[in-house]
Amino acid sequence: MGNIFKDKLFGLVVPLIAIGFGFLAGGVIMLLSGNNPIDGYVALMQGVFGEVYYFGETLQRMTPLIFSGLAVAFAFRTGLLNIGVEGQLIVGWFVSVFVGIVIEAPMIIHLPLAILAGALAGALWGFVPGILKAKFQVHEVIVTIMMNYIAMHVVNHFIRNFMLESGQRTAFINDSASLSSDFLTSITDFSRLHWGFLIAVAACFVMWFILWKTKKGFELRSVGYNKHASSYAGMNVNMNIILSMSVSGAFAGIGGAMVGLGTYNYANILPSFTNLGFDGIAVALLGSSTSIGIFLSAFLFGGLKEGANNMQSQAGVAPELVEIIIALIIFFVASSYLIRWIYSRLQSKKEGK
Amino acid sequence: MKKRFMMLVSSVVAAGTLLAACGEGNNEDTTPVNNDANGGNEITENEENNNNDGNNEATGDGEGFSSKMVTDTGGVDDRSFNESAWAGLQMFGDDYPEAEVEYIQSNDASDYAPNLNRLARDGTDITFAIGFLMEDDIRTVAQQNEDQNFAIVDTVVMEDDETISNIANITFAEHEGSFLVGAVAAMHSETDHVGFIGGVESDLIKKFESGFKAGVKYVDPDMEVTVQYAQDFNDASRGQQIADTMYGNGVDIIYHAAGGTGNGLFTEAIDRARNGENVWAIGVDQDQALTEGEWDEGNVILTSMVKRVDQAVYQVSEDTMNGNFPGGEVLEFGLEDDGVGIAETRDNVSDEAIEAVEEYEAMILNGEIEVPQTDDEYEEFESSL
Repeated sequence: MGNIFKDKLFGLVVPLIAIGFGFLAGGVIMLLSGNNPIDGYVALMQGVFGEVYYFGETLQRMTPLIFSGLAVAFAFRTGLLNIGVEGQLIVGWFVSVFVGIVIEAPMIIHLPLAILAGALAGALWGFVPGILKAKFQVHEVIVTIMMNYIAMHVVNHFIRNFMLESGQRTAFINDSASLSSDFLTSITDFSRLHWGFLIAVAACFVMWFILWKTKKGFELRSVGYNKHASSYAGMNVNMNIILSMSVSGAFAGIGGAMVGLGTYNYANILPSFTNLGFDGIAVALLGSSTSIGIFLSAFLFGGLKEGANNMQSQAGVAPELVEIIIALIIFFVASSYLIRWIYSRLQSKKEGK
Repeated sequence: MKKRFMMLVSSVVAAGTLLAACGEGNNEDTTPVNNDANGGNEITENEENNNNDGNNEATGDGEGFSSKMVTDTGGVDDRSFNESAWAGLQMFGDDYPEAEVEYIQSNDASDYAPNLNRLARDGTDITFAIGFLMEDDIRTVAQQNEDQNFAIVDTVVMEDDETISNIANITFAEHEGSFLVGAVAAMHSETDHVGFIGGVESDLIKKFESGFKAGVKYVDPDMEVTVQYAQDFNDASRGQQIADTMYGNGVDIIYHAAGGTGNGLFTEAIDRARNGENVWAIGVDQDQALTEGEWDEGNVILTSMVKRVDQAVYQVSEDTMNGNFPGGEVLEFGLEDDGVGIAETRDNVSDEAIEAVEEYEAMILNGEIEVPQTDDEYEEFESSL
C-alpha cells in the first residue's frame, strides 16, 4: 500500500526535479550570457501572470499543446511512438478550416462538423502508419516522420492553388464554425482565448476515461505493456495498433482544429513546421502520459513560450533561451533514470543512517 | 525492458527535436545580442548617418518618444529586411539619443499578435511590424488599440477596401530596383541566359520578377530568362539545388528574391567559381556582397538590389515624432527617395553597365520607362518592346 503511494509520489517528483534542473541550468546560461537570471525569471512570470491578456494568451497557447500531448500519450500507452502528431495536426487544421469556409449551416451543426472533420483528417493521417505497422511491420516512427512532410506540403499546395485569399492565407471561416468567443476575449482584455480551451479540458477527461474505464482502453494499455501476452490472452493486437494510431491522430486533428477555428480562424501556407506537434512529445513525456500531467505540462510549455517574449522585451534575454530551457527540461525528464538512481542512492544512505 | 524503452524514448525525442530543427533552418544562425546585432551593417549605417545629417534640422533629442519593432520569424539578424529595419531604428536612436528604440523577435507566427500587443500596451509611440506576414495580426491589434500608432513594412493593410487610420503602410518600388539589376545582368551575361529564383510566389515577389525580366529584355529582347520559385524563404539547400540546375542549363547570372533560400545560390555560385566557371549571383534587400559570396579570388555577387527598409523606418519614426504620423497612408519608397536601388558595392560591375543604369534610372524617374509589376503588365511591356 505504502509502496503504491510512494510510486505515485515519485512519478510527480521526477518531472519536478527535471523542471527545477532545467530552470537552474537556464539561470546559469543567463549568467554566462551576461543577463541577470532573477530579472529574467521575474519577467518570465510577469509575462504569464502579469496581465490577464498574457494569461489568456497562455491558455490559448496551451490548448493545441494539450491535444498534441494527449495524442502522443495515447499512442504511447499502446507502445507506439507517434512522431506524426505535427502532420496530423496540420491536416486537422486545414480540413476543419476548409469545412468552416465551404459549408454554411447553423452553428449547432457547423461547429461540431468542422471539429469532427479535423478529427477525421487527423485520424486518417494516423491510420496510415497504423495499418502499415499492423500489416507490414513498418516502423511507425519512420512513417509518421515522413507523413509530417507530406501533410505540410500537401496542405500548402491546396492552400496556394485553390484557397489563397490574401497574402499567405485562406479566407476567414464563417462565424458559425468559429470557436472565438467575445466573452472570453473581453474578460482577458482582447487575448485570443477561445472555447477550444474548454474542449481541451474535456478531452483530458475523455482520454482518461477511454484508457482507464473502458474494456477497449484496457486492451490498448495491455498491448502497450506486452504485445505477446495480450495476443496470447486473445486480444487482436493489430486491430489495437490501428485503433490506437487513429485515435491518437484524431486527438492531434482536433488540436489542429482548435488552432484553425479558434486562434486564427484561417489556415495559412506554412513556411516550416508549427512545432505544436513536436512540442506535444515533450508535453506527453513530462506529463508521464497521464491526463492531469499533460494538462499541467502543457501549461508549463505554453507559459514558457508566452513569457519568453516578455523576457526579451523586459529583461533583454534572448528568446532562444527559453527553447534551451525547454530542451534541458526534456533532457532531464528523459534521463529520469539518472534522477531515479541518485534518488535511490540518497534514500538508501538515509536508511543506512 | 523498461530501461531499454526509456532509452528508445529519449533517442526518439532527440530525433524528433533534431528533425524539428531541420524544419526551421532559419534559426541556424540566430544568436541575437541586443547591443550589437549587426556587425555587417556598420558601413551602410555610417553612410546613412552622413546622408541624414543634412536634413536633421534641430528637432530636439527625441525625449519621451519611443519607436519599436516586432521582427517576423526571420529574426533580427536575418541579413535581410528585419536586420535592415533594426539598423534604421538604431540610426534613429543615435540621432535622437533620448528616444527609446527596441525590438522583439518572434519565434513563430503565433507570437506576432502578443508581441504587437505588448508594445502597444507599453505605450510605444510607434510600433513597426516588419514583414507582410503580420498583416492580419496588426489589423486586429490596431483596431483594439485605436489610440496607438502602427506601421507595417511590405504590405498594405486593408479592411473593407479601406486602409486603417492608425496604420502606416510602408511599401517599396521593388520592380524599379529589380529593373536596374536586370539591366546589369543582361549587359554582363555571356551566355545570353539569366535566371531568377523567387521565394514563395506572391504579389510581392512578382514585383521583383517582373521588374527583373523587364530590365533584361529592355537591354536585349532576345535574352532568355529562366524563373523558378522555391516556395520557401528559408530553405538554402533548395536554393542551391535550383541554382545548380539553372547554372547547369547555361544560365550565368542569377538574381534571387528568396530570403534565406538565396544563401544556397551563393554557395552554389562559389562552388562553381572555384571550378573556374564564370558565374555570378545578384543579391537582394541589402548590400549582400558585404556579408556573402566571398571566396579566395573575389566575390561572386555582381551587385545587389537594395531596399532601404532602414531609410523608411527612420523616416516614418521621425515623421511620427514630429507629429506627422502618416496613418492610413500608403507610402511607396522608390528610386526617387532612394528607397530602392543598386548596392554601393559594384566592383564587379562594368563602367558601361553603371552608365546604363544611371541612364535607365533617369528614364524611370521621368516616366519614359514604366516598369511592370505583375505578369499582365509584364506581357504588355514585353510586347511593346
